[in-house]
Parts: sequence; structure tokens; C-alpha cells
Amino acid sequence: MLYTSVEFLAFALIIFALYYALPKRCQPYVLLASSAVFFASYSIYNFPFIIFTITVSWGGGLIIARVFDAGERAISGLELSREEKKAARARVRRRAKLVTAAAVTADLCVLAVLKYYNFTLHNINSIFRFSDNESDLFIKIALPLGISFYTFMCVGYVVDVYRRKYKAEKNPLRIALFASYFPQLVQGPFSRYDETGAQLWGPHKFDGDRVSYAVLRISWGYFKKLVLADRAMIALTPLIESPDVYRGAYALFAIVLYSLRIYADFTGGIDITIGISEALGIRLKENFVRPYFSKSIAEYWRRWHITLGDWFREYLFYPLSIAGPVGKLTKKLKPRLGAGFAKRFPVYVSTVIVWFVTGIWHGAAWNFIAWGMANCVVILISQELSPLYEKFHAKTGISEGGAWGAFMIVRTYFLMGAIRMFDCYKSVPKTFSAVGSIFTTWNPNVLFDGSIMKLGLGAADYILLIAGAAVIFVVGILGERKELRDRLCGRYVLRAALTAALIVAVVVFGAYGMGYDASQFIYNQF
Amino acid sequence: MKNGVPHKRAGRAALTAAAILAIALAAILTLELLSRLLIPKYMSGALDGAFIAEYYDETLPHDVLFVGDCEVFSNISPVAMWREYGITSYVRGSAQQLVWQSYWLLSEMLAHETPKAVVFNVLSLKYNEPQKEAYNRITLDGMKLSKYKLAAIDASMMRGERDADTGEIVEESMLDYIFPIFRYHSRWSSLSFEDVKYMFYRDRVTHSGYYMRVDANGISPDELPAVRPLDDYTFGSTAMEYLDKMVELCESHGVELILMKAPSLVPHWYDQYEAQIDAYAEAHGLRYINVLEAADEIGIDYETDTFDRGMHMNLSGAEKVTHYIGGILAEEFGIPDRRGEADYASVWSEKEKFYDEMIAAQEKELSELGHLVHFGAVG
Repeated sequence: MLYTSVEFLAFALIIFALYYALPKRCQPYVLLASSAVFFASYSIYNFPFIIFTITVSWGGGLIIARVFDAGERAISGLELSREEKKAARARVRRRAKLVTAAAVTADLCVLAVLKYYNFTLHNINSIFRFSDNESDLFIKIALPLGISFYTFMCVGYVVDVYRRKYKAEKNPLRIALFASYFPQLVQGPFSRYDETGAQLWGPHKFDGDRVSYAVLRISWGYFKKLVLADRAMIALTPLIESPDVYRGAYALFAIVLYSLRIYADFTGGIDITIGISEALGIRLKENFVRPYFSKSIAEYWRRWHITLGDWFREYLFYPLSIAGPVGKLTKKLKPRLGAGFAKRFPVYVSTVIVWFVTGIWHGAAWNFIAWGMANCVVILISQELSPLYEKFHAKTGISEGGAWGAFMIVRTYFLMGAIRMFDCYKSVPKTFSAVGSIFTTWNPNVLFDGSIMKLGLGAADYILLIAGAAVIFVVGILGERKELRDRLCGRYVLRAALTAALIVAVVVFGAYGMGYDASQFIYNQF
Repeated sequence: MKNGVPHKRAGRAALTAAAILAIALAAILTLELLSRLLIPKYMSGALDGAFIAEYYDETLPHDVLFVGDCEVFSNISPVAMWREYGITSYVRGSAQQLVWQSYWLLSEMLAHETPKAVVFNVLSLKYNEPQKEAYNRITLDGMKLSKYKLAAIDASMMRGERDADTGEIVEESMLDYIFPIFRYHSRWSSLSFEDVKYMFYRDRVTHSGYYMRVDANGISPDELPAVRPLDDYTFGSTAMEYLDKMVELCESHGVELILMKAPSLVPHWYDQYEAQIDAYAEAHGLRYINVLEAADEIGIDYETDTFDRGMHMNLSGAEKVTHYIGGILAEEFGIPDRRGEADYASVWSEKEKFYDEMIAAQEKELSELGHLVHFGAVG
């Protein structure tokens, strides 16, 4: 059930009606049932996988809590010295850690087997050549919808219970709803259980003001997805399919087009997700804060897919940075690396691992790993060079505002755009070849001699894309100065007018229906 | 003053609600106008898409209704039939109109009038499934929204079938038919002046459903394409099911159903087809008129009486076919001559005038340019 299908719109409307028409105590069950239907609409055979993850996480959380509670009771029932208590607590913590590790491993195993087994097998076979028909050994199961999202959220829940951030949930249905909540299954954003667990269980009163914000947000999302992202994809398709033909300026054009496409696609999808949730009274975290206004890649990643970055920071980067083995290695290397670099070494090791995992999280393919590592390299280099930048600014007096700021934004946009082509071309050699051709093939004339009109889009389409991008830019500028929600507060008529205009624009200018291929949201594939 | 504040607030809320309602209505109105702008008008070039809707302009009932594909709209001239026999008739046909489409169009017409006879052209029986979305559109878009239209859409929609020409898999949606803007929205970048001009009205392009062409592009017997043998000549079950339904429909309305095969040489009408129709007509007690077999008797000259090398009759050929069919209708079925009835005479004289004007316009264009440009769409 694609977000952009009529079936989904009808589905969402029915849920909305039932959600507020039935007694409030039914609301979570409406959400659970609709999430099950939504999940099943992709593949009913994948239910066992999500149920396994939910059961393991819920059960794991309960056992962890019991280990802590039993340990605490035992310790408090004994007359122990402070040191003895500390040692006893450490033993309890170790037991809880073991349970946590077991639950997290079980959760990740499902993801690893379903998402990475074939990739791993293929790579091992390409080295050792143990099978001529490796595809016979492949697992032929379609990935469960949102597996990368719900698995990570469940892992986060188990770890949080272990960290005693909040109590373990006794009701398995609450964990089931947290993991399977249908708007989030498509492309996130990631949530923590303490953020959405209670919200999802309701109750929620109908609030017309909130619903009007929600409908505006949903319309904005559909505008970005259908009018811009899917239209840009039409011209991108030949560019991606034949990078050997479309070189030089075409590759540069592909960078610009893809940056528009992925932004409109992903943020559009998130707008729809957040909008639907808001209509149901559930506030999800924002996932984007105008990422193309970033002045560095590090800043870009604080503005793009924010909840994924938060997850990795919380559950991978920080634990890795303070992990015992990393600390030991740092100590060992300190005499060789010098005190300054050794201090940064744990951070760098963690950064490399996090970016490797981020890459492979996006897809079981080398192009995603290369994409992750490219991000990592740029971030680490700019971190290493930051003293130089500071000196430069101090010496020249050039600040990060004004023209220099604009240059930084443009530089980050194109740098990020080039890195993103690993995802776009889906091949490491093709990406290097195509992006490299920008510097080796001089053919800017193709941008002006009508050649780009042969990519499936006409002049009117390009004008529409430029106008749409301009609207996004202006909205971004306005939002940068003052949150749009605040700007629209109390302005009901303006909200209604904007919603109506967006709906009309989507109906007329949307790249949907006969003659267009309904495309999945990019992040739905992860 | 104390009571004034809540009143003021309530007034403002009412104003806001009214403004939001006005915006919603404006959006709906805008979409309706855009829909009218974006749907194809078929007022030049291919006129076929404009045929079906013209039936709704009819003011008087008819004694004979013709249904079928292009073999009816190009071969039967109701005005010529009126002139010669005083028979009131209408042709409800469009390009590659499938049997189930003819059935639902007929159902719609019989809900509003009860003719004495219905003539169904049998060529479309060779299709057992939809062939092209474009042809579906040409037939169905012209129908007014009704239970008949919905049923016709449901029976016609391509659900994963391949396009007969391109081979592409086609998935149609009911919603796209009910709200045509969903289908035609992508025309926004290729709109022409014609789309603006015909937003609220259409020129008449047929003569009671007859598509007039005075030009000739004939074919001699030795130029006919080779007959391609088929794997299976049996009419499909769905096509025959709808023919059965048509028989039942006509019976339930007390209307005589007549089967007809137009005298087109292309596409080839196989003997095996003929045998099946013969057997069906006999089994159901229906009159079957094969004009193809009577072509010599009628005096059709394929070198001068068709406009596209044997596929469709031109005016000369159509009037010969009409003369032949009209005779059978008048003599065998006793279809009355209404030329003496004032209300009919008045309506049909206007139709005759339009008919003659179009003949004159086409002949003028033909003599000046050597070929037709507007295919007779005048006014």
C-alpha cells in the first residue's frame, strides 16, 4: 500500500474516522489493527519476523527489569558494606547486560539474516568461489516492511531499559504498537519508547486546530513527493541508467536533480508521516531542519535524518567511544600517536564504525558502504583541519556569515550531492566514473542546447521543478527565521487556503497515474 | 459589554468557518474548471471521442438504435435513412467499441426510450478482452455518470492486460474515470486553444452518430492484405455472454434485436465467424443481415465507396448501406415512416440542414485542398 496510492488515502481516512468515532479506549487497538493491516499489505508472510522482534524486545525488557529488581531486593535484604553493595550491583548489572546483549543480538540477527545474508554470501563466494549457483543459496524472502526502523527502535528500547532510563513495559501490545505503528514503518522517524509509547496508547481528543495543521503538512508532503520528487525521477532515470552516455555536465545535472529528488521524496514522506500522526494526536520527532542550509557535512548530518543520527549517537557512537577495548587500544597507541591525536582516537574509531554501519544500514551493498565511508572521510578531514580553518578565519577576518557563509552552503551542497551519487548510481565504479567526468568532460552546452529536454521532461516540467524548488527554498528561509508552525498559529484561513492550493497543485501537477510509474519512497527500501 | 466579548468571538469563529468553507468550495470549483480544461475535447483530428456524448443532445426518441464499433458510425447514415424511409434512428458507436460497452450503452438508452428495433454490428465479438485504454476512454468518457457508466467502466477497465499495440501492461482505475482530472492532469503542459474554447460546449461532429467522410481512398480486390489464419476462431466467452445479455435486454423491453455485419473488407471477416453468427441468430430467432455478402447487390464499389482502403465507407458507400438496411427495416420490421409527424419533421429537417452543410463544406475543402483537414467538423 503505497503512501501515494488511493488505497492508502482511503485507508488513512477510515482509520481517522474509526479512531475518533469509537470510544477512546479503542484508539490504541484501532492503531494496532491498522498497523497490522498496513504491514500485511506488503507481505502477510513477514508477520513472524516482526512478532519475533516485538516478543524478544518486550520479554528482554521484562527480564532485564526483573534482574535489576531481584538484585536490588536481594542487596537491600542483606547487610552489606558499601563496597560489597557496589560489587553486588556490578554483578547484577553484568547479568542484566547479558540479557540485554542476548535480546539485542536476537533482534539484530533477524535483521542481519534477512537483510545482509545474501550480500555477505555473495561477497564470500566472490572470494572463495565455493558455488557456481550462489543464488540457489540465497534467502528468497522479501524484506519485512520497515525492518531497519522497527529493529533499531526495539534495540533502543531494550538498551534504554538496561540503562534504566524508563521502566520496562509489561503490556506486550504496547511494545507491538510502538514497533509497528504504521506511519513510521515506511521511513521513520525513529522514536524512543519514552517519547511515543504513552502517546500511542492515548487517549486523544479530536482537535480541529491540530487536524488542520496535520492536513496542511500532509498536503505539503504530497506536493513535494508527487510534484517534485517523482517528476525529477523521470529525467534522472536515463541519467542513472546510462552514466557512460551522460557524462560531464549531465553528471553535474544529475547531482542537482538527485539532491532535489531525494530531499523532496524523503522530507515529503516524513511530512506525510508526521501529518498523519498529528491528525491522530501523536507528535513524532522532526527528522529534518533545512539540511541544504548546512555549512559543513557535520552540520548537514545534524539537520538530515536527525533521528537516525540520534540513534547512532546514543546507541553506538557513545558506547563505542567509551568501550574498554577502544580505551586499551588508545593507551597502547598513545606513545606512537602523540597525546593530542590519541585523545581523539576513540572518537575517530567510533566515527569510522558508525559511518560503516550507517552505510550498510541504508542497504546491503558496497555503494552504501562507500557512501558511508565517504561521509566519514570528509567529516574526519574537516575535523582534523578545523584548527587550520580557525587560523584562516582569524587571520583574514572572514566570518562564516555573508558571502563566505553562502559559499560554505553551496560547497556543502555539492560535496554532499557528489557523495550522494553512490546511492543514486548504486555502483561505486559508476559513481567515481560519472562524478569524475565532471572534471574530465567539458560539455556545458548540453544544459542549454535542448539535450536535457530529451530526458523525458519538457520545458514546462523543468520550469515546474525550478518553481517547486524555489517554493521549498522560500519556505526554508521563512522557517529558518521563525518556525512555520508559529507563523501559521491562529491563521486558520491562511492554513485552509494553503492546503487547498497544495491539493489543487498536487492533483494537476503531480506525476501520478497513467503514464507515470508510482514510485516507492526512497527510504521505504531501507 | 460583558456579553459582547463572547459574541464577538463567536462572530469571528463563524466568519473563519465561512471563509474556510468558501476556500473549500473554491478549491472544488477550481478542480472542476481545471477538469473541464484538461480533458481532451476531440474537436479536431480524431473526433471519435466526441461521438458518444452527442446522444444526450437528442430531443426525440428513435425507432431504431444502432450499436457497435466503427462499422456502424461510418456505415449507417440516420439522416439518409430519414430522407428515404422516414425512419428515425441513432447510431451509438465509437472506435473499437467492445460488446460490453455496446451492451451498457444500449442499457442506458433503453432506460430513456423504447425503440422498435436495435441493430448490433457483430465485428466486435472477436474481442474478448479490452484492447487499449485509449479506445476505452473514447467510448466511456462520453457517457454521463450513471450506474450504466460505472458498469461499463467496470466491464472495460484494463487490469493488467497488455496494450494491443505497445504490449505494455495497463492498469486502469475506476477513480480515473469518475474524476477524469486524475487521468488527464498531465495534459497541463500541452494544452491548446481548443481546450479553452471547448471547456463548456462542444461542436456537433456527427449526424445522429454517423461520422461523415466524403473523400475516397479505395481499394481493389487484388490489393487486399493477405488473410492471416488464426489459431482459434471461436468468439470468446465474455463477448458471447454480453451478446446473450443484449438479447435478454431487448426481449425484456420488447425490442427486436437485429444482428448486422457491415460491408468492410478490412479487417477480414472469417467464414468461421460467419458460421458462428449464423448459428447464434438461428438459435435465438434473430435476423442477421450480412451486408458484406450483399455488397454487390447494393452496388458498393470499394474503389470509390471507402475512405480508408476498405475499412470504412465514405458518404457514398454509407448511403448505399443505409438504403439497403433501411429497406429491410421498413419492409421486414415495419418501422414506421414519421415524415408526416410535425415534431419529428422539424427536428430532422434541422439535422438534414446540418448534414447538407457538412457535405458542402467537405466537398469544398476536398476540391480546394485535395484532401480533408477538418473531417467535416463545421461550426
